[in-house]
Amino acid sequence: MLVRILFAAVAAFPIVFMLVSSLKPDTQIFGDMSSVAAFLPVGNISFDNYAAVFDRVPAARFLVNSIGISAVTVVLGIFINSLCAFALSRMEVRGKRVVFTVILATLIVPFQTLALPLVWWVNQLPYFELNGFSLEISKGWLDTYQVQIIPFIANAFSIYLYHQYFESIPKELDEAARIDGAGWFKIYRQVVMPLAGPATATVAILTFLPAWNSYLWPLMVVQSEELRPVMIGIQYFFQLNVSWGEVMAYASLITVPVVVLFIAFQRSFINSIASSGVKG
Amino acid sequence: MNKRFTRILATSITAAALIGSLGACGKGSASATSEGANEITLWTHNAGNPEELAAIEGIVDSYNKSSDAKAKIKVQAFPQESYNDSVVSAAAAGKLPCIVDIDGPNVPNWAWAKYLTPLKLSTDLSTHLPSTVAEWEGETYAVGYYDVALAMLARASDLKAAGVRVATVEQPWTKDEFQDALTKLKGLNKWDYPLDMGTAGSGEWLPYGYSPLLQSFGADLINRDGFQTADGVLNGDKAVEWARWFRGLAEQGFMATKSGKDSTQDFLNNKSGVLYTGSWAADKARAALGDDLVVMPTVDLGNGPKIGGASWQWGVTEGCANPDAAMDYLSYSLKPENLAAVAKATGTIPATDEAAALIPAFAEGGANRIFMDFSRQYAVMRPETPAYPFIATEYGKAVQDVLAGADPQTALDKAVKAIDANIKSNGGYKN
Amino acid sequence: MTTSPLATRPRPAATTPAPLPSAPHRRRAGFLREQISGWGMIAPAALLLLLFVFLPAVLGFGLAFTNARLISPRPVEFVGTDNFARLFADPTFWRALLNVTYFAVVVVPVQSALALAMALLINKKFRGVNFFRTVYFLPVVTSMVVVSLLWLFMYRKDGLINELLSTFSFGLIQGADWLNDPATAMPAIIALSIWQAAGFHMIIWLAGLQSISGELYEAAQLDGASRWHQFRYVTWPGLKHTRSLVLVTITIQALGLFDQVSVMTQGGPLDSTTTIIYEAVRSGFKQQETSYASAISLVFFVLVLLISAVQRYLTREKD
Repeated sequence: MLVRILFAAVAAFPIVFMLVSSLKPDTQIFGDMSSVAAFLPVGNISFDNYAAVFDRVPAARFLVNSIGISAVTVVLGIFINSLCAFALSRMEVRGKRVVFTVILATLIVPFQTLALPLVWWVNQLPYFELNGFSLEISKGWLDTYQVQIIPFIANAFSIYLYHQYFESIPKELDEAARIDGAGWFKIYRQVVMPLAGPATATVAILTFLPAWNSYLWPLMVVQSEELRPVMIGIQYFFQLNVSWGEVMAYASLITVPVVVLFIAFQRSFINSIASSGVKG
Repeated sequence: MNKRFTRILATSITAAALIGSLGACGKGSASATSEGANEITLWTHNAGNPEELAAIEGIVDSYNKSSDAKAKIKVQAFPQESYNDSVVSAAAAGKLPCIVDIDGPNVPNWAWAKYLTPLKLSTDLSTHLPSTVAEWEGETYAVGYYDVALAMLARASDLKAAGVRVATVEQPWTKDEFQDALTKLKGLNKWDYPLDMGTAGSGEWLPYGYSPLLQSFGADLINRDGFQTADGVLNGDKAVEWARWFRGLAEQGFMATKSGKDSTQDFLNNKSGVLYTGSWAADKARAALGDDLVVMPTVDLGNGPKIGGASWQWGVTEGCANPDAAMDYLSYSLKPENLAAVAKATGTIPATDEAAALIPAFAEGGANRIFMDFSRQYAVMRPETPAYPFIATEYGKAVQDVLAGADPQTALDKAVKAIDANIKSNGGYKN
Repeated sequence: MTTSPLATRPRPAATTPAPLPSAPHRRRAGFLREQISGWGMIAPAALLLLLFVFLPAVLGFGLAFTNARLISPRPVEFVGTDNFARLFADPTFWRALLNVTYFAVVVVPVQSALALAMALLINKKFRGVNFFRTVYFLPVVTSMVVVSLLWLFMYRKDGLINELLSTFSFGLIQGADWLNDPATAMPAIIALSIWQAAGFHMIIWLAGLQSISGELYEAAQLDGASRWHQFRYVTWPGLKHTRSLVLVTITIQALGLFDQVSVMTQGGPLDSTTTIIYEAVRSGFKQQETSYASAISLVFFVLVLLISAVQRYLTREKD
């Protein structure tokens, strides 16, 4: 138990620093840094920094944007990626080995390499807009919500994770369902996915995070302020005179949704030792 | 056990609907496709800087309201740190707005890339601070409303206690005097390091803050005769001398090889005695220290004190649908009262004397007038060549390596080799 | 029943189900349907990956054979392998390769082991387990801006790390100036990275632990197996699939180190912390040499592909 507490202290101290500093004025943040006061809410505490954040930055808008974009990316991703992993792991599909290897290979490509060609490429894609009763087709996805979502729905990491998890679910369950006359999609939906709770929770958390943290891509493709996500917002605070207290307040604000999501999803990690993966 | 799946599906549909409603009309408002001949967009770097943004928007509003406005101007602000990347991406996609602001030293690079078109303004630019007008190959491509200046800040009480003379514009510190002053200040034993030169900085700060010191030694970033090579200039004897001197400051314990993340805050918290920073920090320092603050010119290291020049400047892009309107707006914005509004809001040096007269702090005898003098007398432009972004990164790396203890000649030779190769591979960056 | 090593869970062999009496017909009829269903399920993800990863990647890698620049009025020309020749002659590249190898060799085992240890600690049901799970995950969600500010300060010569070292060694160990000394900068980055990312892999291990049937533990306990025996003969084999996932992803992430270096040290001091991706981003975005950056990325891709392939081969299921 002591070990757990020690680990917890080591893991939590920067967040404590962040939360505590968000209540302090700039000069005090730096003054306190050389002592343990950096982690204590002492001195000139107030919520001024938070008020200033909302004055300087449309934080609420950014939060809504990021939550929406990340949520859609994750939800659609869970569906599409688990479906793909299911086929690759439990069905006898010709060529699945090759497909799986190619998918894993995309895991290796660093995003920075993709970024510029992708910018050019998304700008070639047609864009459908409903204008009254007519469907307008224009070119280019720049400066939209979908450009921040669609390229990131399919995710090799999620597929890999689901794949490995599905491998550990006995295939007899599929056989039993097949004998009962179930089609593959039904097996996916009613047999396998319900057992994949922990995998889904993991994928949800571990794909929400990069979506939430996305910085390079929105920087390149989003121009209007109303479409920006939270990580672009943090740059608002870094001009010639940095207001560190506000940075801390903003950082605290944008950490909250991720933590909330984590707490909600990690309940899927069933606690009891009597957890069984075999019962249908 | 369908519940989970149905729940997921329901959530995704709701989320998609939410997004759909948020993005009702799809594209954002700043897209260049919404531009026409009657409405042109202006991009600026000051999102998150409410004062500067308000000043710019003020000018735009008054222009839009004026009867002879040639088009309606729309403002879109970007955060400063990532502004350049956003512009470059938009350029790669062919979607630049009509009016952009540019960080001064990048102007030749963007002009060479044909992002910018030469300016045709109805204002006389000869009365402006020279560092606020960006020219390349004989054409003017950008003009700025203000400039900033580097200086040394200190506490009068500390200098007095150490028996150090206060440097003035007429008599700046010489290299030896600076050495002497630092020794005496270190003797006070008040701080770990008496000098803070912002050595934790990265990016553009490195060439902006430290190449003037190089130039004060008599060396330079590149041979300005033709801008084709840096050999002999960046790695000559004087340059090596500069590198040795700079590293020497750290070796003698006068400054840290890596300062704190915010040198101004450290200085105000009494963690250092002399701070090398820019005029942007002056108001904050004055608010904290009052009369104890003393503003001094940078050190004369042999060829006179030198500071960087050129800050953010405005230009018109090549593909603009209505360049006349853009030029007209820019000319309008250069009126003294407009310049004064921006300079006042940002605490920067206004580009003309007439504008300065409208701001108490910068008018004759004002508290910040001294920065204007620094700018007029000491400012050296960073090399006006399209090679500048490359030079900046190589020089920045050389500075960091020198501070970390690398052999100065080797580090500078490496930088020169890379710079020369880059210039050659771009055909000399000719127009 | 003795506690013999349980290589798999106590279930009938799952490899080839014996065909049922009427199977031949069913299999042939179902076979086509299986192909169609299967491809139908794979299609959306595959299509998206093709469009938004594969295609730009090919374009990106293709640029490595040209002289493309980020900003340039000059037309792009094909230059063959010039960029690669330049790359392999550049000592900074080799240093980056060395650094990244050093980083990966340390981080992969240490971080995966630490993450597993943390996952084991929070896999039990006890009061407050949710709290611990959340807290262990916090380093992963803390903004890099905050992390860098704090750790830059902690790594100073007079900073927290050295103070702790000195306290716990009773003044024997005098800490170094971690980030400014070429010898200690990389270890400092390693420590920071492990601290920051362990929670990420902890979650993956946790999901894997969840997939191990509780009945196995019960059976082992009934047989009187100790905790260590339970781990070795129930847990560890049960984590077979998770293991290879963690190994491969940690390796890819380790070799692709960028964020911490970019924010904390900018590759210094004296190239001791530069990494392959850092060099690629520096050349491509800051120095505007897009084609050179593409060459670096292509080399990186091939390198990591080879390493991952070897890893998967070594950890493949030996049936």
